[in-house]
Amino acid sequence: MMTDEPLLRVSALSKFYGSRIGCEDVSFELWPGEVLAVVGESGSGKTTLLNCLSTRLLPTSGTASYRMRDETWRDLYRMSEAERRFLMRTDWGFVHQNPADGLRMTVSAGANVGERLMAVGDRHYGNIRASAVDWLGRVEIGEDRIDDEPRAFSGGMRQRLQIARNLVTSPRLVFMDEPTGGLDVSVQARLLDLLRGLVTDLGLAAIVVTHDLAVARLLSQRMMVMKDGRVVETGLTDRVLDDPRAPYTQLLVSSILQV
Amino acid sequence: MTMQATDIATYNFAYLDEQTKRMIRRAILKGIAIPGYQVPFASREMPMPYGWGTGGVQVTASIIGPGDVLKVIDQGADDTTNAVSIRAFFKKVADVAVTTETAKATIIQTRHRIPEHPLTAGQTLVYQVPIPEPLRFLEPRETETRKMHALEEYGLMHVKLYEDIARHGRIATTYAYPVKVEGRYVMDPSPTPKFDNPKMHMSPALQLFGAGREKRIYAVPPFTEVVSLDFEDHPFEVQSFDQPCALCGAHQVYLDEVILDDHGGHMFVCSDTDHCEKRREEGHAGHLAGDAFAALQHNVPGDSGKKE
Repeated sequence: MMTDEPLLRVSALSKFYGSRIGCEDVSFELWPGEVLAVVGESGSGKTTLLNCLSTRLLPTSGTASYRMRDETWRDLYRMSEAERRFLMRTDWGFVHQNPADGLRMTVSAGANVGERLMAVGDRHYGNIRASAVDWLGRVEIGEDRIDDEPRAFSGGMRQRLQIARNLVTSPRLVFMDEPTGGLDVSVQARLLDLLRGLVTDLGLAAIVVTHDLAVARLLSQRMMVMKDGRVVETGLTDRVLDDPRAPYTQLLVSSILQV
Repeated sequence: MTMQATDIATYNFAYLDEQTKRMIRRAILKGIAIPGYQVPFASREMPMPYGWGTGGVQVTASIIGPGDVLKVIDQGADDTTNAVSIRAFFKKVADVAVTTETAKATIIQTRHRIPEHPLTAGQTLVYQVPIPEPLRFLEPRETETRKMHALEEYGLMHVKLYEDIARHGRIATTYAYPVKVEGRYVMDPSPTPKFDNPKMHMSPALQLFGAGREKRIYAVPPFTEVVSLDFEDHPFEVQSFDQPCALCGAHQVYLDEVILDDHGGHMFVCSDTDHCEKRREEGHAGHLAGDAFAALQHNVPGDSGKKE
């Protein structure tokens, strides 16, 4: 996965809600296979930034360009809606905090995983089902649960199913919004373990929004600390957590409960 | 249209006022120009409840002329309540000739069947549609389904078929089976049995669809490609019946089950009553035709059964 070009270039991205700041003047580059964590307290603009990057929201100003599979650079906000939606269901993934937002709760697990394949034109039932079985296995969901609806799944299983559903088309970039939010600690640990394995095996690039510094420590190589819509510190994850420089980051790191 | 000089208020020809007909005709023309595309229209209140064919009646009222011959069927039958009342309605408000014979009709309004007798050029088939959106039960947001149609994102339709196979081992959808029209729009052919789907393909007749409550009109012009969706390893197939019609002995037609008594007695007869009668007139007979059927009729309130 070594390339000398980044996957995503973001420059001076700002989003205002009226006169209120969503996020302001965010610039960074994301490289293939790299996991970037965006941390900060509630209301710091993490999710606004993620929604802008994944084109679910249009920014007020600034640009974001993405290197497509054919190596051409495209400005995300100048693409047609059809192209953006195609990108979102093939080369990208989006893992929501609440799995019900990212899953179709009324169709079976197998169909949830297979939907993206069918959306890109796969019309062979046997192959779709085989991929679904394979992906459920990779996220540690038993093959015997393939025909169950996600409603019958626990929170952790739903989250794993959501991940499988996103990864089935081998995306190169995955956005995650608090992927472990709302899960208890032991389930969180398993999910993080699984995510870390998948990200390394598949060479995924990911942008993970989280308020949990432990998640950032485990998953990401680089992190960005946000406060009041602005980036206050960026750097390698271990460096930022072990030697925080901005006063706010110092506060954040020292606020972690020690057990 | 000519109005008779009288003191009593009269209906306009075919019930709807001319401006409304004009509006509906524009929607129909747009529908014909974009096969399978659902055109919104300002559906009117009709003197019947929603679900009884208000969409189909509005389409028929907009295209019918004094020289037309109208046939109305409900599940293939000409003599059920819905068919009888709609036929009577147009007889009253448009004074048009009505028929039960498929071949003689110029306009056929239907609820859920395409007649067995092949349609010809110049005939128009008007469908009464309850839910025009094929993606509705998978995606409840209208804004989203319209976008999906616009961007040709039809993967979700196959999710439904996938679910069928996963649950039943085969595509178990038997009616309202989704079709792709002219390689572009995915369309719900109204709740016709999938048995009739192949008849829509390259049909010489014009097919119009009206959904009154949902306020949508769509169309399949004559000689248009209509392909039923399927999987490579689970191809589309129609229902088959292992016995012929009990009254006329017809094979390869769509059959209805009729309960005969309280002891599990039943028979399968043509759902298309006109087709069945024609065949019996021609001398075809099934195993319960004529006297055999009359003998079974002792506790069935019927028309031709002898009372004992």
